[in-house]
Amino acid sequence: MTSTTADILLLAFGSFGILIGLTVLGEILRARQPVHEPNPVLDTYMTRVQSWWGMVAFVGIALLLGKIGVMVLFAFASFAALREILTLTTKSQADHLALATAFFVILPLQYLFVGLGWTGLYIVFIPVYAFLFLPMVSALRGNPQRFLIRVAETQWALMIAVYCVSLVPALMNIDIAGYGDRSLLLVAFLVMVVQFGDLLDFFFGRRFGRHRIAKGLSPKTWEGMVCGIVCAMAIGAVLHWITPFGALGAALMAGAASAVGMFGNLVVAAIKRDRGVKDWSHLIPGQGGFVDQLDSVIFAAPVFYQLTKFFYG
Amino acid sequence: MKFLRQFAARIVGQSIRIFARAITAVRAEWKGIEPVPKQRVYFANHVSNADMPMIWSVLPPALRRTVRPVAAADYWLKNKLRAFVGPEVFNCVLIDRRPEVDDKPLDRIIEALDEGASLIIFPEGNRNMTDDPLLPFKAGLYNMGLARPDVDLVPTWVANLTEIMPKGEVIPLPLICTVTFGEPIHVSEGESKDAFLRRAADALLACRPEGRKT
Repeated sequence: MTSTTADILLLAFGSFGILIGLTVLGEILRARQPVHEPNPVLDTYMTRVQSWWGMVAFVGIALLLGKIGVMVLFAFASFAALREILTLTTKSQADHLALATAFFVILPLQYLFVGLGWTGLYIVFIPVYAFLFLPMVSALRGNPQRFLIRVAETQWALMIAVYCVSLVPALMNIDIAGYGDRSLLLVAFLVMVVQFGDLLDFFFGRRFGRHRIAKGLSPKTWEGMVCGIVCAMAIGAVLHWITPFGALGAALMAGAASAVGMFGNLVVAAIKRDRGVKDWSHLIPGQGGFVDQLDSVIFAAPVFYQLTKFFYG
Repeated sequence: MKFLRQFAARIVGQSIRIFARAITAVRAEWKGIEPVPKQRVYFANHVSNADMPMIWSVLPPALRRTVRPVAAADYWLKNKLRAFVGPEVFNCVLIDRRPEVDDKPLDRIIEALDEGASLIIFPEGNRNMTDDPLLPFKAGLYNMGLARPDVDLVPTWVANLTEIMPKGEVIPLPLICTVTFGEPIHVSEGESKDAFLRRAADALLACRPEGRKT
């Protein structure tokens, strides 16, 4: 067993330990609850914890399978996220071919380029080639009605669901001196600090959140967010041994990723509000859709990728 | 041989269901009824040939076994493959639409109801190719509601199929399709045909999912 595999197993068992704690906590609360008194908060909590079990298992198995496993997992996440966003965007029949191209050509190609490690191509493929080419396909069908809105919404969907998500597995392509094949662990690091930061932001926001960040958009509070980011930094520092950053560097990287992720969550909340939906879909029980679950990772990934490449690559 | 055909029908049915789930992540929203085995007539909007397989796919197995879509014989008997899929996989109640045939469609439907089957029907009669959400309903729904008043008439809205597969396109888009089941309605005492059909159309429109309609 390589040291990378051992570290992944250690992280997985650590996460399972936390989940066992959360599950036991929920069951204790439930046992204390009178049987016929419904408690929707507790039920939501338990459904979420159950979904977390599944997600930790999936990510753990993907990491153990190595590069291919991570690629397949995130390609599938991209597909699900793109499906959720494009279900709600403005489109007309004239865009049909362009949208089919986005799903069946652009998305697989982006992951192929990431898998092959062609950095120069996957960094520009969507913002340059897809963004210029897809409107041409739409324009050929000759329907100018709300053309700019249709094109803009499709491009934003590709940016969020494909480009940003694909930069998570792209972390494995960054060549870091002395880090070797351990770059797989950067994926685990990013996902863990961002998701735990979110969870703790939710927890502290409920406890002593007072000042809403964006009223009428999201229940997120400044207090919760600051606590969440500080916790993410602490978790990052604790996990620094899986990164090439050192303790202080890991804390700063975790803080940056977590902060970007939290504001990304507000952006996603604004889109949902505009379209009048509560969740993007119902694929993950208790959590809504893939975009609901991944929104902070989606926004954190490009920044984390760029910072890692700039300072350590 | 009969056994083989039945087996093949099951396999094809499961494949259709899995394909629908994988591409459109189709899901049911039980707004007005519970997914329990009870005799019902699901009446739905009709924009695409995929409507019926979508509703069929989201029904739980126990309900799917007893449900029979009411469909046009001229469509399902066109070739051998369709003649297998329509009557044997979906167990359709086939209706002959040709004007020269003196077939009483309602008799077939009542017969199926009396055998205990639930039905899926499209009261608009034809696929809706207009920009209006619904075409005017045909009288069939009223007549079966009048003939068998105990059966629940369940409004069933299939969302997003026009975008998944617009007319004339070849590749389906993998967008999310939702099937919403509303609160059942019945023909009231002394209610006129027009009043009932209007009420049925309103009940169906009320099932449209949340979100901005573009």
